[in-house]
Parts: sequence; structure tokens; C-alpha cells
Amino acid sequence: MKFTKMTIAAALLVAVAFTSCKPKDADILSKVETALKADPKAAGTKAEVKDGVVTLSGEVADAECKASCEKVAGEVKGVKLPVVNNLSFTAPVVVAPPPASLTTSLDEATMQKVKDGLKDMKTLTLAGFSGKGAIINGELTKEAKIKLMQMLASSKVLLDPTSNITIK
Amino acid sequence: MALQDKYAELVAAATAHGVTGLSVAEQDGVLHVAGTAPNTATYDALWALYDKIDPGMTSADLMMNIDIKADAGAQLKVTTDATNLNLRSTPSTEGEIVGKAAHGETVTLVEKTDDSWWKVKTADGEEGYAFAQYLSPM
Repeated sequence: MKFTKMTIAAALLVAVAFTSCKPKDADILSKVETALKADPKAAGTKAEVKDGVVTLSGEVADAECKASCEKVAGEVKGVKLPVVNNLSFTAPVVVAPPPASLTTSLDEATMQKVKDGLKDMKTLTLAGFSGKGAIINGELTKEAKIKLMQMLASSKVLLDPTSNITIK
Repeated sequence: MALQDKYAELVAAATAHGVTGLSVAEQDGVLHVAGTAPNTATYDALWALYDKIDPGMTSADLMMNIDIKADAGAQLKVTTDATNLNLRSTPSTEGEIVGKAAHGETVTLVEKTDDSWWKVKTADGEEGYAFAQYLSPM
């Protein structure tokens, strides 16, 4: 008889423990969901709560949002830390601007840059400019030829193929 | 052969060496490649590769618009052949000479005014525009 009473008492205790635990997780979940709703970038977030531990999943806007969601969820009262953060995001595709040389025209300032650059290249003479680029004649070492090409590239000017440059 | 194929090795090398902001476009028979090399060694390697792919670089079919990463405050080495590098009051050879930096001297980058002219400051405090061709990020 005593044993049965104890069993009933134990069963009751377990039942009470369960009922008191279950709504707690549900409470936490609703608080977490409310907190997350404040951030529109967190719209794709799904939260689950088990024994006070929050698990976040789904897709958010960016890395910053992933971190802020975790912080927001972790600050809800009753949440056991750490929050399990399974949120994902798609890394942005960085599109480099098109090369500036596409739109550079052979204007006065550009020609001046070429003339300036040639000042220290005494073995070369500038014969003029064509529709293609600068016409430069003379002789150079292989290394100096690369320097010439680098100088022209920084001015965004091509070396006209009719140029007559001999490599020493 | 399409230019993209001709210079595919160069573009692949630029990517492998960590050239940032890399963009490639073909227009009127010229391949334009732009980006910023992380250091001088990468810049030199890419130019050597250009010379290898197009010996003598005579085809006039590549505009290699690659610069070297250098932020304000970066140290630059003066790489003139032997002479002093003029520092000018404006970014043009019309500008008055306001100082000189010796061959091999180290100067500090103030700003990249454009691809040809950079504003620099010497250890003595002289500040002016110098031709970027003779400045090499260290």
C-alpha cells in the first residue's frame, strides 16, 4: 500500500515536472520568435527549443545577421547558452567594375602622361599617336621594354604595332 | 584564337596570386585586364608572363591595367635608373619642382592621385607629386 502511494506520488511528480517543463520551452520559443521578428533580415530563421537550448536554422541575409540572431535569441530569459547556430547565408558575389581602360580616350592629358613617361627613356623617340596607341621607335633592353609597357599601361595607352623597337 | 584563350594563363595566374578586383573584358581586338596585385612580386610575375605569352609584347592586343596594392602610408622605393626623382607641386611635369627623392630612397605614399602620379612624402618632410612609374611598393 505504502509502495503504491509512493509510486503515485512519484508519477505525479514526474507529470508535474513534465507539464512545468514543456510550457517553459514553448514560452521560450514564442519569446525567441518574437525577438527575431524585430529584424526583417532574420525572416528566414526557424527556431526550436529543447530543454531551454535554442537551435536556430534556416537562411538569413548575411553573416552579420547570423551573428545578431544568435545574440538576440541568447538574450531571451530562460535560454540556456550557447545557442546552437545552424543559420546559413549566401556569400555575396562581388562584381568588379569593368576595366577603366575600356573607356579611356587618347586625349591631351593621356598623351602628356606618355610624353612624361618617355622623358627618362633616352633611347626612345615618340613618333606620334595613332588610333591604336603610341608609336614609339628606338632600342631597349628586354627589362626596359617591360618598363616601357608598364608605363604605357599605367597611362592606359597601347604600343602601336607599327612601332619600331629593337631589343638590345 | 580568341584573346581570352591566348591570355588564359595570365588571368589564371592573376587569380591564383590573389589579384583583387580582377576584371577582364574584350573590346575592339584588345583584351583589357584590370585589378590590384597584392605585392610587387606578383606584379612583376604577371608582366613576365605577358612577355612570355606575347614575346616582345608587340601584338597590341592586351591592356594590362594591373596596379600594386598600396594604401596611404605605404613605404615606396624610388626606382629611377640612377637619377633623382622630382617631386612636383601638381600632378604633371608642368608642376614646379618642390623637392627631390634620391634613387633607392624610401618615401611614404600620401595618396594615389591617379595611375601615373602619386603624392608622396620624403623622410625629410618634402611632399609632392611623383611619377608612379618610379615608385615601387615595398
